Amino acid sequence: MRDVTLGQYFPSNGVLHKLDARVKILFLIAFIVLIFCSFNFYALGLVTAFAAAAVILSKVPVKMFLKSLKTIILIVAITSILNLFYGTGEPLWQWWIFTITLDGIFNAIFVTVRIICLVVVSSALTFTTSPTDMTDALESLLKPLSVFHISVHEIAMMMSIALRFVPTLLEETDKIMSAQKARGADMESGNLLKRIKALIPVLVPLFVSSFRRAYDLAMAMECRCYRGGKGRTRLKQMHFTKKDAVATAVMLLLTAGVVLCDIFL
Amino acid sequence: MNQIDVKDLVFTYMSDEEIKQNICDNVINGVTLTVKKGEFLSIIGHNGSGKSTLSKHFNAILLPTGGKVYVEGMDTLNEEKCYDIRRKVGLVLQNPDNQLVASIVEEDVAFGPENLGVEPKEIRRRVDEALKAVGMYEYRTFAPHKLSGGQKQRVAIAGILAMKPDCIVLDEPTAMLDPKGREEVLTAIHTLNKDHGITIVLITHNMDEAVTSDRVIVMDSGKILIEGTPQEVFSQVELLKKHRLDVPQSTELCYKLRAYGVNISNLPLNIDDCVKTLKEVLL
Repeated sequence: MRDVTLGQYFPSNGVLHKLDARVKILFLIAFIVLIFCSFNFYALGLVTAFAAAAVILSKVPVKMFLKSLKTIILIVAITSILNLFYGTGEPLWQWWIFTITLDGIFNAIFVTVRIICLVVVSSALTFTTSPTDMTDALESLLKPLSVFHISVHEIAMMMSIALRFVPTLLEETDKIMSAQKARGADMESGNLLKRIKALIPVLVPLFVSSFRRAYDLAMAMECRCYRGGKGRTRLKQMHFTKKDAVATAVMLLLTAGVVLCDIFL
Repeated sequence: MNQIDVKDLVFTYMSDEEIKQNICDNVINGVTLTVKKGEFLSIIGHNGSGKSTLSKHFNAILLPTGGKVYVEGMDTLNEEKCYDIRRKVGLVLQNPDNQLVASIVEEDVAFGPENLGVEPKEIRRRVDEALKAVGMYEYRTFAPHKLSGGQKQRVAIAGILAMKPDCIVLDEPTAMLDPKGREEVLTAIHTLNKDHGITIVLITHNMDEAVTSDRVIVMDSGKILIEGTPQEVFSQVELLKKHRLDVPQSTELCYKLRAYGVNISNLPLNIDDCVKTLKEVLL
């Protein structure tokens, strides 16, 4: 349990790693919109090519992407099968209440490709952006919300502290479980309900110690003059570099390409 | 001007109501002490002697119920000076896990200067300097949970150091560490004191740690029991024992030998001195 990699960040020296995290998040949103705006095979092909390019440029082993796809394989299978039978038009094949049409086949392919692209590209974001960069980027992107009295800095701070303490708490859970097992607790047998019940003696000490940690941490933060986001500077400044400009250009080209494909082909 | 001046400090965790009912349960009961600039002061005492509570008064985390605490002449009760005081006097806590804020070492060290609104370039400089001072520069891109206890504690010290304090108060910084980690942290603290001229206040219940300091204060039931150089303090073996405190092992050995009639005048504080003393007696 000790070696958890959080947010599945995969350090390497790929181009995507060097892009500004804010740019990457905005691109992901734009890309998701594009995925669902590609209505024909040309546009879909373009989007898929872009997703493939993202995989290559990320310099993250393809195995990692396949792993993240594995978790959604069931969803992809179910939605594509449902789509297969929900097409309209001339039936190609019929049996009992099931009919397959050309339209249905197209729909199934579209849905499958769309979901796969979606997962691949969002994985590319999480693989190439460290959790700290991600929270910093979110803080910076959500800053306009402070107009509505939403304390963006505090939310970002909570997120980063939560991320920081996940490995610590996992380790602690491990320890408490061992301690309870040593006292004869049985956590591996019985039905689901029984196992959930067996977790209570683990969760209670975990909660108590989390509160103690929170108290300590608050004091440590006070010792280091923390007083909210006001007047705070950052060690790492986020910069919009030439690379980001190039990426923006690529993204605009892709958008134009998808729109043109949708209209003219 | 002294680094820290404590005058007749009284502190209780009880509410005003309870105080009115005259239930006297002060954690600190009339402590007066000074911490001089540049010195290495140890405060020792068994659990519940009030030493931890005292340490939290040094940077305005706790405020006196009675009496005053001055940090470089600034009253800790003055709320406006609160952050100036905390910048001058940094506090390192016992549990290294609970005081690291960020998930990367260098970002954690940067947390203090970031809060102070220091320029990014200057933060970078301070972070590198602080990490080098505690010997953790090579680990700057590590995640805290991948470090050992001693390393984490040194990162915590670096985090305070990056705020450029004049004084660092350490509240039992080695209590949760293995011997190796303890050694690392102590070496780091001594380097800071000698090479960087930072005043150190070390709260501990390990006598061997206290021996290496310039001055020792022994606390018991919220009061100062003995104050003096390690030599002066640890020669009072009976008094310390009466208050459930240990003395360094070499001191204890020679003390017992003396009780058996061996002619030892000065009780040694560390192994080297002990060997020397015993040699003199034997040869």
